[in-house]
Amino acid sequence: MAHATLGTRTMDRSTTRLTDQLPDATLIQWLRDMMLIREFENRCAQAYQQAKIGGFCHLYTGQEAVAVGTIAAINHDDPIVHAYRDHGHALARGMDPGVCMAEMFGRSTGCAKGKGGSMHMFDKPNWFFGGHGIVGAQTGLGAGLAFACRYEHEVLGKALENPGVSPGADAKKKVALAFLGDGALNQGVLHEAMNLCGLWGLPCIFIVENNGYSMGTAIHRGTTMADDLTKKADAYGMRGETIEAFDLLDLYNAFKPVADWCREEQKPAFIDMRTYRYLGHSMSDPQKYRTKDEVDSFKSRDSIERLTTHLLTQRKGPDGRPVLNEADVAAMQAELRDVVKHALEFAEQSPLPDPATELYSDVLKNPMPNMSPIRDYTIGAKNPLL
Amino acid sequence: MPLMTLVQAINSALAQEMERDERVVILGEDVGLNGGVFRVTDGLQAKFGPDRVIDTPLAESGIMGTAIGLAMAGMRPIPEIQFEGFLGPAYDQLCNHAARYRSRTRGAVTVPMTVRVPWGGGIHAPELHSDSPETIYVHQPGLKVVCPSTPYDAKGLLLSAIRDPDPVVFFEPKRVYRSFKEEVPEEDYTIPIGQAKVLTEGTDLTLVSWGSMVFQCLEALDTLPDDMSVELIDMRSLYPFDTDAIVQSVEKTGRCVIVHEAPKTCGLGAELATVLQERCFLHLKAPVQRVAGFDVMMPYYKLELDYLPNAQKVAQAVGQCLAY
Repeated sequence: MAHATLGTRTMDRSTTRLTDQLPDATLIQWLRDMMLIREFENRCAQAYQQAKIGGFCHLYTGQEAVAVGTIAAINHDDPIVHAYRDHGHALARGMDPGVCMAEMFGRSTGCAKGKGGSMHMFDKPNWFFGGHGIVGAQTGLGAGLAFACRYEHEVLGKALENPGVSPGADAKKKVALAFLGDGALNQGVLHEAMNLCGLWGLPCIFIVENNGYSMGTAIHRGTTMADDLTKKADAYGMRGETIEAFDLLDLYNAFKPVADWCREEQKPAFIDMRTYRYLGHSMSDPQKYRTKDEVDSFKSRDSIERLTTHLLTQRKGPDGRPVLNEADVAAMQAELRDVVKHALEFAEQSPLPDPATELYSDVLKNPMPNMSPIRDYTIGAKNPLL
Repeated sequence: MPLMTLVQAINSALAQEMERDERVVILGEDVGLNGGVFRVTDGLQAKFGPDRVIDTPLAESGIMGTAIGLAMAGMRPIPEIQFEGFLGPAYDQLCNHAARYRSRTRGAVTVPMTVRVPWGGGIHAPELHSDSPETIYVHQPGLKVVCPSTPYDAKGLLLSAIRDPDPVVFFEPKRVYRSFKEEVPEEDYTIPIGQAKVLTEGTDLTLVSWGSMVFQCLEALDTLPDDMSVELIDMRSLYPFDTDAIVQSVEKTGRCVIVHEAPKTCGLGAELATVLQERCFLHLKAPVQRVAGFDVMMPYYKLELDYLPNAQKVAQAVGQCLAY
């Protein structure tokens, strides 16, 4: 079994639930967001098997509540970095599904013109600073983004120039989210980044999406203190929390106060977010390291099913009736199937990047003469002499 | 003699050497239970146990550092780094430690370690999983660098690498992993590090390559007119490289085209071309030409084949060089 039971620390369950005070429409939107990610990933798997997607593909199925719940708890202009299992976060942050799919198809209409692919979703207008392919390497970037947040607020006194920010706008208190997998716990850079955040008081929240396995290695085979990862936070003088991520509302209610505290106090935090991925590490994973029974036991705690049940039965509107009925859910599913189908069609119909220009562009701002070998020199790279 | 893929040949060499030498251990991410990211170490943990085929956390710097420590203590570690791009986190350990200890201790402490690294493009992987960074490690004094292109060479060179007293970076061309089988002896044999292999003999032009590009060169040869006599050399070892082999060949042919996947500028082709003009300038009938990757990041898979040299580009360069 990947996860042992929760450690000695458990989440602080206050008597009032934040989600009770949110509009019904917000919770319905969250359900829709999770269902969109699930449908999107299912269709990605098919497209990958049909060889329409290349360049590797790591699916988020099972972990949807983490992206949706945490991103809902921060502001749109709080920066985010993530690792390579990043489609769900990009969608939760507002990336158009068609653009996301086109990127995986390597099409010029993708978020990086089809030059980044599945692991490298970037969406600067949505303050999404990328998926990153090297495990753990993004955590240092999270520290830097958090540093910039404090710097613009406390030193510059005005917002840095960025898309959607009017020049000279007031800076506000922000937090950065740095997502990582449990495999990244063992990479050196995470510990350097956590130390800097603890040392300098950088408002960065390290969210460990602890799905129990770093590729094929169960967490207790790869990292110390696997039962209570918050001890790692203690070592760097930062707040540490363990949050179960199988129920979106519980997750939000536990995470939102931490995010608000980090923003207000301008301090870092570290979250052991207990989740589970239903599919392999990537599309080519023999999964010798776990049993079908184990996977099934986690599927029985599915976050989408839970929230659906909650909205169908427990959450009541002003008329005393549940806020959703079966027909609403079916309609939502049908609509999302259409959305993703259109995303696939958009991706398939989009042009490939033109190798004559796109292969050589964006390496440097001012390309050297003859950077494009197609134009001047057919068999080699930039060669100013030829 | 059994037919083996590159993957099977490497697996066979590892199993054989582990059988022969108890000091040999393999460590890396998922190399045991899951058999390695390309299944190269499949079955070895079942055979030799978890103490000798060691699943590590995801921590390249830690894997490399641990392997160096093992080697310093007299073991023969074989760390696996899953993709050449992941050498980045391990770079400090490899180049600032492993490469330097023989020199730093004037021979008292050595690092007999073989770093196995899947290398190169052509498998629809993205950047950091398709790069060809051999020059970086060739440039670092204190490291040997090997890049076999065939199952037979892979086994013989790997056995040499493991028995070598110094750190060897063993690049395995992913594109060749399962692309074909050839006869590989079951018994023990070694191929010395530092020896190139002449694949086809010729008199008009010398074609030099390594890794998966060897097959693009072979394909190009098929398209050339019959009266063009081209000598194709597979370098196999990138450091130390076989200067004599290329110099002797170019003294005979007077023309040379070098083919590699890595970006052109300061690629290993630049060094080989320089050696040729230093050693056989008066024999050259044309400038040494390079067919290489471009000075850009390895593109996402849809443009991968636009980036990589291919038979057509090689044939074109050969034609230009002969027509000079």
